[in-house]
Amino acid sequence: MIRQNWWKIVCVILLFYTLIAGFLGAVPAKPILNETIRNLYFHVAMWMAMMITFIVSLIYSIKYLRTNNPLFDIYALEYAKTGIVFGALGVLTGSIWARWTWGAFWSNDPKQLGAIIALLIYLAYLVLRNSMTDLDKRARIGAVYNIFAFAMLFPTIWIIPRMVESLHPGGMGNPALDTRDIDSRMRAIFYPGAVPGWTLLGVWITTLRIRLTVLSERMENRQTAGRRVHEARS
Amino acid sequence: MLKKIYMLVFLLIGQALTLVAQDSVGAQNVEMADRFRADGKIYVVIFVLGTILLGLILYVVRLDRKITKLEKDLK
Repeated sequence: MIRQNWWKIVCVILLFYTLIAGFLGAVPAKPILNETIRNLYFHVAMWMAMMITFIVSLIYSIKYLRTNNPLFDIYALEYAKTGIVFGALGVLTGSIWARWTWGAFWSNDPKQLGAIIALLIYLAYLVLRNSMTDLDKRARIGAVYNIFAFAMLFPTIWIIPRMVESLHPGGMGNPALDTRDIDSRMRAIFYPGAVPGWTLLGVWITTLRIRLTVLSERMENRQTAGRRVHEARS
Repeated sequence: MLKKIYMLVFLLIGQALTLVAQDSVGAQNVEMADRFRADGKIYVVIFVLGTILLGLILYVVRLDRKITKLEKDLK
């Protein structure tokens, strides 16, 4: 899939569908929310894309631990990075949305705090990796930590937000949205359009980064091999 | 493959057409940008955002091509 193109075309079509139908499509008229309900296609889709890329990252970390193939470590790392970008965009867009619906950019809401904690745990994955110079150790400990980071998503964004009161819609139930707020017209854009569209864009950028890392490693290997030949000759 | 992509486009356009139908129930008291969309100015916003999205996608496509070329050169 990494070097095929059809899914990239699908990604572009879905994103333009999300954008055009997302603005022109009718939405339920709700007080306070008003037209901002359309943020569902963008803000909530960021979180869905983050969860999907983190799940892919988890799978590659497990695969790395099972096979010790360094390629899987690169996959896990790059998918985690993309997930962090989506998560950061989710926090930022949520904060902007909150300013004009809850009244403040940041109100220490359990869902905001949970999301920030989850992201910090993932950021620690990058810091931890870079603290080690031994490549095998870095990949191995990184993979184990990545599994732990994924496990921490359960309390931080899936369990605690379900248990406490919150300003965010869908309190005491679904942590992301109140399913009564959206109707089938919105679902027809959100699930087939926004979620796969933004996720595929993330996958696209991730595969580019993976290919770049593989290329730079190949070049490095060539250089060290060349140096070795040179040293052997002299 | 191309046929499938065309089918997807038609499916989404058909889907989008059903979405334009206006919501009449409960829309009286809540302030929505109905006039804004009816007057057509929202198309300007879609145009602007579409341009940005197109620009970003072209940027990614070019990056993709560059990496593909580098991969071929290094083989």
